[in-house]
Amino acid sequence: MILPISYTLRNLWTRRLTTALTIAGMALVVFVFAAILMLAEGLQKTLVETGSFDNIVVIRKGAVSEVQSSVARDQAAVVETEPEIALGPEGQLLLARELVVLITLPKRVTGSPGNVVLRGIASASVTLRPQVKLVAGRRPRPGSMEMMAGISIAQRFQGGGLNETLCCGMRNWRIVGVFDAGNRGYSSEIWGDADQLMSAFRRPAYSSVIFRLRDSEGFERVKARLEQDPRLTVEFKRETKYYAEQSELMAKFLRILGLTLTLIFSLGAMIGAMITMYAAVANRTGEIGTLRALGFQRRDILMAFLMESLLLGLLGGVVGLFLASFLQLITVSTMNFQTFSELAFSFTLTPKIVISSLLFALIMGFVGGVLPAMRAARMKIVDALRTG
Amino acid sequence: MTLFRLLFRNAFRNRLRSALTILGVTVAILAFGLLRTLIGAWYAGVEASSATRLVTRNAVSLIFPLPFSYKEKIRQVSGVKSVSWGNWFGGIYIDEKNFFANYAVDPETYLSLYPEFILSPADKAVFLRDRKGFLAGRKLADKYRWQPGDTVTLRGTIFPGNWDFVLRGIYRGRDENVDESQFIFHWSYLNETLKKTAPARADQVGFYMIGVEHPDVAGEVAAAIDRMFKNSMAETLTETEKAFQLGFIAMTGAIVTAIQIVSFVVIFIIMAVVANTMAMTTRERFGEYAVMKTLGFRGKHLAALILGESLVITLLGCALGIALTYPAAALIKEKLGTYFPIFNVDAHTIYLDLAAAFLVGVVAALIPLSRAIGIRIAEGLRRIA
Repeated sequence: MILPISYTLRNLWTRRLTTALTIAGMALVVFVFAAILMLAEGLQKTLVETGSFDNIVVIRKGAVSEVQSSVARDQAAVVETEPEIALGPEGQLLLARELVVLITLPKRVTGSPGNVVLRGIASASVTLRPQVKLVAGRRPRPGSMEMMAGISIAQRFQGGGLNETLCCGMRNWRIVGVFDAGNRGYSSEIWGDADQLMSAFRRPAYSSVIFRLRDSEGFERVKARLEQDPRLTVEFKRETKYYAEQSELMAKFLRILGLTLTLIFSLGAMIGAMITMYAAVANRTGEIGTLRALGFQRRDILMAFLMESLLLGLLGGVVGLFLASFLQLITVSTMNFQTFSELAFSFTLTPKIVISSLLFALIMGFVGGVLPAMRAARMKIVDALRTG
Repeated sequence: MTLFRLLFRNAFRNRLRSALTILGVTVAILAFGLLRTLIGAWYAGVEASSATRLVTRNAVSLIFPLPFSYKEKIRQVSGVKSVSWGNWFGGIYIDEKNFFANYAVDPETYLSLYPEFILSPADKAVFLRDRKGFLAGRKLADKYRWQPGDTVTLRGTIFPGNWDFVLRGIYRGRDENVDESQFIFHWSYLNETLKKTAPARADQVGFYMIGVEHPDVAGEVAAAIDRMFKNSMAETLTETEKAFQLGFIAMTGAIVTAIQIVSFVVIFIIMAVVANTMAMTTRERFGEYAVMKTLGFRGKHLAALILGESLVITLLGCALGIALTYPAAALIKEKLGTYFPIFNVDAHTIYLDLAAAFLVGVVAALIPLSRAIGIRIAEGLRRIA
């Protein structure tokens, strides 16, 4: 005979305040657990989705990001002659020589500084990144001192909005357009004309060369050939891999921080569950004796109390996840340690996080409930009936 | 006296439950204290900065260099006592995960600007003589077991190639705020190599460190330097060392805020646990409270009993938590020294711990307390726990 689930449910309901407090403790732990995983996921998703699989980034050997890299004009010209590069509809090469620098801009709200990526683009740059959509104004004219800003920069940084002016490299740059690339790294960048920016910043070399492959298979071929070329000191990476690498360190940092924190916090919540369950067992000693006398096995008693505690965990998990799901509305903007630049990303809830959060909550419930349930199951019928 | 005895007796009537609750509070206070210390570690650079040091860098952003020729011009500004300069090198030792700060600096002026780096005169003399020499902090040298005379190779990310250095000295910090995990080498080694390999990048400086005569003139000196280079090819931004460090922290502000919020969440979690314990305890004793009321004790006496018991539990837990915070912080400092070179428990943290425990004790007692006070005698006597 198995004790009906309604027995467990009613027990929880009778002791509402205690149940609610125990669930609240677990819910908070699950909230923190889910929130930090969502943050790390959001960061990674933003950067991974920034890249396109068929786009290739060429940067200097040893450079970790475009900001540190430099590709001289003659080297860029060598890359440009490769047959694997795709052609656009008008026969132009789908290849862009770009310049990437960081500039410091004050935030609109706090006035505190942030490092913003300023990307000097060529005419093919926009075609190479079809995710970039203009939402206000127009594109900057090639060869002019005009720029367009990603939407998170336009909203968050002084001088980044439409028709505002940025001042750097002894020139004034007007923002003529605002673009949105969705939840991607480009939304946290400002784009202007590469050649204008190079002369303004006195940079003799590009930072990177980006091109689209004619066919996806050609990557190994072009990489093998050009990395052998003695004229070049560059590395080739698929854009997806390049951006994924830039999120690794920080996502790992967030995950480790999050797991350590929630493990410690969960101790508190498990103790809470244990207290509740021990009290439940102590209060129902007579009841347990009666149930055993009626013929319920030790196993059934164990299961009933374990169910009760697992249910507490599950409810805590559901409440915590429910609260955490609202975090998806929030966008965080912070510096990515690895690229040293500002990046906006949102909390992202994935099915994997939902499952691991619920599992985590169930484990908390189990650990909290197993000792009290064993105590209940071990009771001798006579003793239990006598105390009750 | 009797009240205290009663409080303790009551608190330990249900030994298991009280012990578990105290353990919970201990864990929470420990976590809270460590998180606060972690935030402190974030601000360590600010704490260690001196009011007489200014940092001049390119106004556009840190990745742009300044010409080396600015050195003499800055030296002429009135109020400037000494000028040092350097570059963030960004080298990697074997693997990216072995992160530590490495700078190329002008050694003589830099060491005189940082009297908190303690180095024996003999080591200093040897280091200054050897252009390929470097200084390492005590912790850094311990971690990788470097001995003076060892050759260490860094892979440049900003300045390509493999760079060999010879350890010529190990510095200690004057107090525990000083970062003992830095790697400092001769700027001239970097510059002379660049002159051969990448002449366009030579004679450029990442930042100037400026010592001023008196903290009061720091603002004027900073303004004078920036004015001097206004409308030049490389405009400057000069700040006190403190403002410069705060600027870095502001960039990772979202993470600091998140840790701060999370550190309060743990207090709420434990609040729920303690409130639960108190709710159970008082529910079991309703009959008792009714008897006490019959004997003439008032609501306020019952309130004192419940509140007192709750505080006994939280404060005991708090004391244990604080006692454990110190060894835990020492352990973290030892194991994770690369990420948090400074990890010291502040007196301020201890006050916050106490305040949090007190708050938890009071809040947790509120609901049970209001129930116990409101109970009618007859009802309480009739009720079975």
